[in-house]
Amino acid sequence: MATPSTGTPLVRLDRISKHFGEGETRVDALREVSLEVFPRQVVALLGPSGSGKTTLLNIIGCILDPSSGSMELDGEWVLRDGRWLRGDLRRLRLDKIGFIFQFHNLLPFLDATDNVAVVLQLAGADIATARKRAGDLLDYLEVGHRRHAMPAKLSGGEAQRVAIARALANSPRIILADEPTAALDSKRAGIVMDLLRKLAVEHDAAIIAVTHDEKIFDRFDHIFQLRDGRLDGHTTLHAVAAETR
Amino acid sequence: MNLAYRDIRHNLGRFLLTCVGLGLLLGVVLAMIGIYRGLVVDALTIARAPGVDLWVVEANTRGPFAEASRIPGDIREAIARIADVAAAGSITYQTVEAEHQGKKLRLYVIGYELTRPGGPPEVTEGREIARSHYEIVADRTTGLLLGDRIQLGRSTFTVVGLTRHQVNSGGDPAVYITLPDAQKLQFDLAPPAARVQLARGSSGASRDTVNAVVARLHPNASPDAVAEMVRRWKHLAAITQEAQESILTRSLVDRARRQIGLFTSLLLVVSAVIIALIIYTMTMEKLKQIATLKLIGAPNRTIIGMIVQQALALGFIGFAVGAALIVNIKDYFPRRVVLEADSVVVLGLIVFAVCLLSSGLGVRAALRVDPATALGG
Repeated sequence: MATPSTGTPLVRLDRISKHFGEGETRVDALREVSLEVFPRQVVALLGPSGSGKTTLLNIIGCILDPSSGSMELDGEWVLRDGRWLRGDLRRLRLDKIGFIFQFHNLLPFLDATDNVAVVLQLAGADIATARKRAGDLLDYLEVGHRRHAMPAKLSGGEAQRVAIARALANSPRIILADEPTAALDSKRAGIVMDLLRKLAVEHDAAIIAVTHDEKIFDRFDHIFQLRDGRLDGHTTLHAVAAETR
Repeated sequence: MNLAYRDIRHNLGRFLLTCVGLGLLLGVVLAMIGIYRGLVVDALTIARAPGVDLWVVEANTRGPFAEASRIPGDIREAIARIADVAAAGSITYQTVEAEHQGKKLRLYVIGYELTRPGGPPEVTEGREIARSHYEIVADRTTGLLLGDRIQLGRSTFTVVGLTRHQVNSGGDPAVYITLPDAQKLQFDLAPPAARVQLARGSSGASRDTVNAVVARLHPNASPDAVAEMVRRWKHLAAITQEAQESILTRSLVDRARRQIGLFTSLLLVVSAVIIALIIYTMTMEKLKQIATLKLIGAPNRTIIGMIVQQALALGFIGFAVGAALIVNIKDYFPRRVVLEADSVVVLGLIVFAVCLLSSGLGVRAALRVDPATALGG
């Protein structure tokens, strides 16, 4: 059941534009994109290759400078008229945003617990506290029995759960997911999406995912379709399903 | 948690193998430095062996090591009578090839007067020469043992004592015999040649010729002043011990020393390049992980720390492996390898500096990584 768009948005984009190059080589990756994502919502950014969805995800993740526009994250205006208002974007990411990657991107030299604990340590937690919290998160994501396994020994689904635990480590309210189910089969993809929805509800968080994975379209509250850098409207899952058919 | 340590532990075998490879290279550098130092020490060994202050040689020569020098043996009496001279002795030096147990031995034969300066500085096994003929004290590197007999010229000598580290600047081991035996060996002709000389009527020439007279001075005497006094005899030249050592290091072995020095410098440069490449490659292999770390909020100091710590660990372990290797095999080198603590420390500091500088390349690459590259395939 779709989560209603009520209350204060966790992510608010106001006419975000991004272009690369100048003159004849100028490419407009995003053109005045505005959108809002509310707590407990799981939304998708959808669009053909080159439509600007990854660029948009990078801007929301504070790892790419937009050309213009403003952005509010978790009640704080962090970007105004194309200028960052916060000097330390690294700290902003650490505190407010969790990332889930297509290929989980776990650090191969740390076991499952430490892959999660490292984020907490970066935020200033001592190692014992970090490992305790990491263990709790792994238990919560039902992968606690694999806490001492190295990433190479984890199955795709287990690795993605550990990656989700890492994204949740600092209790961020915004979780950005880049093709979170692309490396998983239908069954596991469904399990991961159910998990993300559960997290959104229980952590009062917003989840924004870039995906091409048709088998999970029906798991999103809203789908933002991008075409040539423009938001093509706020689409319901039924419309997308009909279009993709 | 220490990310550098965890990364090393994850790929421990590979890391250690890289360290061993680097250690072999640094071992070669250390060996070259040891050979370089050994060359200088060897060159000075024979000159320092008599423990004297003054060398009296033939006029207009810088003998007896850098140039040939021949002076009458009775000069020693004249030198010994100089007020500041405590003791003086005549010495001969020559290189001979002898056969022992079917093998050719190249020996640096030193003839000296018993009870006078010029003999072996220390006999580590056996005794000093006690008889005036046919006894020999040899350096261990000759392979001779106490009681061995060896033919030099037309005489057979018995080994009565052994010394250590007594070699000339060319690396030939030294043997000590009495001055009369040495003069006989150096100046006696083979019978056919002697007969020819006899027929030419020139058989009566004295063989009391020596290569140098060495003098030990009284404690407060000035070697320069005594040398100046000796130079008044126009047929003699006098060289202080300090000047003799300078001749040996700056003239006799200078070219070899510079050759090895240059080669060592080149090896150091090669090592630096290899260390830089290893560290750079190690970093490039981790770019995706570095991008992930940046994306999840790792500060630059965490990433720099990881690279620098790994670079230093690589350098430290590599250096330790190289040093351990050379310390254990240095005695098997045909020439002396002298590892002095200061040389080892200086090389260690150079390796440390090279690792730091080399890690700069990796750090630069890591800091340029866009966190966005962690996203996507």
